[in-house]
Amino acid sequence: MPSLKDIKKRISSVKNTEQITKAMKMVAAAKLRRAQEAAVAARPYAEKLHAVMSNLAQREEADGHALLSQRGTGRALIVLMTADRGLCGGFNANVSKEAERMIRNNEHGFDDIDLMIIGRKGRDFLKNRVGDKIVKVHENITSDATYKTAQLIGQEIVNDYSEEKYDAVYVIYNAFQSAIVQNVTVERVLPIEPQETETIKENSVDYLYEPDRGDVLSQLLPKMVEVQIFRALLESNASEQGARMSSMDSASRNAAEMIGKLTLQYNRARQAAITKELMEIISGAESIK
Amino acid sequence: MADKLKLEMVTPYKQVLSEEVDEITAPGFIGELGILPDHTPLLTTLKVGELTYKNGNESFHVAVNWGYLEVEENTVTVLVDTAERADEIDLARAKAALGRAEEALKTLPPEDKKYMIMEAALQRALIRIRVASEGR
Repeated sequence: MPSLKDIKKRISSVKNTEQITKAMKMVAAAKLRRAQEAAVAARPYAEKLHAVMSNLAQREEADGHALLSQRGTGRALIVLMTADRGLCGGFNANVSKEAERMIRNNEHGFDDIDLMIIGRKGRDFLKNRVGDKIVKVHENITSDATYKTAQLIGQEIVNDYSEEKYDAVYVIYNAFQSAIVQNVTVERVLPIEPQETETIKENSVDYLYEPDRGDVLSQLLPKMVEVQIFRALLESNASEQGARMSSMDSASRNAAEMIGKLTLQYNRARQAAITKELMEIISGAESIK
Repeated sequence: MADKLKLEMVTPYKQVLSEEVDEITAPGFIGELGILPDHTPLLTTLKVGELTYKNGNESFHVAVNWGYLEVEENTVTVLVDTAERADEIDLARAKAALGRAEEALKTLPPEDKKYMIMEAALQRALIRIRVASEGR
């Protein structure tokens, strides 16, 4: 039976924990809102770019460009997006496991698969499992992902791809569905999949291209990759905050529950002690009579 | 015959503009180009430069970074990495950047990788200063 003092100590330590988790939850909620806003604000750009691309693809046989052509199954690169910090439930483990699974199963039959990791937690998780596959780790970029960062990563990927270092590039990230639901998503970034042509417009007057078609296309395609990376970064960030918020919420709830239980235990022990004392006094008084 | 153009300008961070305008002048890749209503469909890349649009007698200036422009059915869509209106530009910062770039260009050999980067920075700073001074 723990003493009164022990229980009291535990109560105060759990209370401390509760305060921390509560604060983290609030912070995550605030960050989530900002991350969501950023993700929403980035949407028009991506949509417009897609629209222009499909317009372009619709007017010409877009194949022939290096970033569009399928090259078979040589080497592949997986870009894994995780967080730098933990305490966000299964957020990091889920995507990391998916990456590990992809590497081990190798469903597309690649000769070899390399791994580029964004976020410290992904590296921590995978370095003892598939450490030899990790070629690059980017840290401290997820919390405030700028377009510049996405651009740098995108350019790196496009360069490696153009030099035929890789024959396919995938991204794995947590897609944001709601504050409590994140979906592990695998997307192929390169080669770029030809856009589905939804509606062929009636006035299929050809565009004027400046400088010319090939140039426009070869400037647009890398942009697509950058935008895709940027979107994935933003979504991953929003998901991380959402995951942290919900896991901190349940942690706070568990702490509150535990405090309740401990308080009950404390009161019982206190009462038992009082009863014992009373009995001692009474029996002492009796013996004097 | 339409008499207005719809101008939509978007960056990765936000939609900057969505307005009805009379005339647009943009820094096309192979040279400045002007766009009036009923322009033929066009797709061009843009370079660092100044985009001007006119609405009635008023004209507005925007400093744009790399991007492209699409004209289709009197809708002009401009997608750029950055877009700053004249009143958003920090003139002091642009001047400082200009000074830095000029200094760096004096010392660097032209073969250096950094030379190109600094040259681009110089150009951006020049455009910013021009846009900012015109817009006031």
